Amino acid sequence: MKILVAVKRVADPENMNKIKLSPQGKIDTTGLEPKASPYDEYALETALRLTENGTNTKARLGEVVVVTFGPKETEPMLRAMLGTGADRAIRVDSTDEALDGDVVARGLKALVDSEKPDVVLLGYQQAESESNAVGQMLAEYLGWPQATFAGSIQSQDDKAFVVGREIEGATAELKVTLPAVVTVLDKIVKPKSVQSKHTPATHTYSDGVRFAALMAIMAAKKKPLAEMKLSDLVPDATLKVRYASAELPPKRAAGSKVKDVKELVTKLKTEAKVV
Amino acid sequence: MAGTLVVAEIADGKVKKTTQSAITFARQVGGPFAVVVVGSGAAGAAKELAGFGAQKVIAVDSPALVCEKLAPTVAKVAKDGGFDTVVVTASSYGKDLAPRVAVKLGAGYAPDINLVKVDGGKKLYRRPMYAGNAFGWLEVTTPVQVVSVRQTEFPAAEASGGASPVENASPAPDEPAAARAEHLKLVTGSSERPDLGEARVVVSGGRSLKEQFKQVLEPLADALGAAIGASRAACDAGYAAPELQVGQTGRTVAPQLYIAVGISGAIQHIAGMKGSKVIVAINKDPDAPIFQIADYGLVQDLFVAVPELVTELKSRS
Repeated sequence: MKILVAVKRVADPENMNKIKLSPQGKIDTTGLEPKASPYDEYALETALRLTENGTNTKARLGEVVVVTFGPKETEPMLRAMLGTGADRAIRVDSTDEALDGDVVARGLKALVDSEKPDVVLLGYQQAESESNAVGQMLAEYLGWPQATFAGSIQSQDDKAFVVGREIEGATAELKVTLPAVVTVLDKIVKPKSVQSKHTPATHTYSDGVRFAALMAIMAAKKKPLAEMKLSDLVPDATLKVRYASAELPPKRAAGSKVKDVKELVTKLKTEAKVV
Repeated sequence: MAGTLVVAEIADGKVKKTTQSAITFARQVGGPFAVVVVGSGAAGAAKELAGFGAQKVIAVDSPALVCEKLAPTVAKVAKDGGFDTVVVTASSYGKDLAPRVAVKLGAGYAPDINLVKVDGGKKLYRRPMYAGNAFGWLEVTTPVQVVSVRQTEFPAAEASGGASPVENASPAPDEPAAARAEHLKLVTGSSERPDLGEARVVVSGGRSLKEQFKQVLEPLADALGAAIGASRAACDAGYAAPELQVGQTGRTVAPQLYIAVGISGAIQHIAGMKGSKVIVAINKDPDAPIFQIADYGLVQDLFVAVPELVTELKSRS
């Protein structure tokens, strides 16, 4: 099975409360370390689990191609992902200003047309814009089914996936016949969330994403990393949405400390009037 | 007609309350609006929506449960009616569906907005980004726009009386993708409590509750008629059911009162609850980040404080 994983480099999600506003009223992430969007890392882990036997992860039993839309500076992220286990990488040269979800979806559509993967995996949303749209748009452009909010995937002989979609207070089980687009939540990297065609059902993965071994990082330098032009994939990259400005939300000021439960209940009754 | 098309969300032939948030959006931007209801028992559900001031309610009876079937029909209704804006509430239903509809309509998509401003006929959408640490103002540059609105910032519209005519329409023909997506089943939690997204009070617990998660929090939730939530750490450790997770990858809540019990306040948790009106934090660590956003902080061992709080609430109710 061949899987295309779309990934995005973002400002450090663990420190996003340090975001500032530039004098021009734009979001300023200076000082925040660039990282892969965590949900996209989960998508890569999912792709690796689907293309291997968990009891012998050295043998690749499929192909995983990671793709990002971004400037040259995103290449270390792709190299790191090659070290983690991806087989190839593609960087579509572009800057965030030239992109919206629709352009990315159309670019991915063009890549899918040439790469012909069985599955496209993405994080359910990227950690900066949090639009939660590219996967669904891509599925529509391709005329493919989609499974969003995936917390679990069970491969049926790589012909179909039964996906557990985590929705409000429930899990909706959806069967998609491949090829399909799947967007994943953090729960997808739990030890038993991905049941691949190759891995025995008794196998238990460690919780979370895998880390690259030093040898693998060295070997990854020889893995192919291709560069493409956005205009080759999307000849008319007119944006359908544009950010006019930004603002910082009002800060919630720290309130008061109460000395005991009695005072807390009094304040909730007489001051806040919520109980 | 130009105007707004509200996409209703139905389940088991009944309108879900989320729909009323999208109606609030339609009222705020002004002008005529219609509501479309797609699904099994749509005609019956459509009658529930006749009292909200819509020009009409369009019912499409169809066994559609997956967005591969829903999107073509919603797009067809939008095109046939010449609507310039299509709005759905940003529940998992809306988030799943809206981008596909946008592509079908060649429309720009403003996802998960928390405010709309109409300026000289032009709409500007404000949306939270960066885990709620920034708001971006978005413009859609296409003639037709698709929008999803946050339930927490667009409160449910009240019925305004009147009786909108209910019109029946037929579904769009199935596309190939529809045959490749099959809803198998819905596994719901067996909770009798109010839904997290709609509860007036939410009591949330962190990992430090360990195996006593339910034992400690349930009496407090009972005393307040509250929904129970949890931090990601508590869910990951298996102390709380995954569907209770509040935060970026869980539910976004904005109740009147949010009580965080033994929750340190990771950024991704705060992103899901900082819209709450009043926040109470109970934590024995005085330096826990949750205290920086709490209206009332109690530095105490939760295993002592919570039972005492239950007793105090009962004795003074």
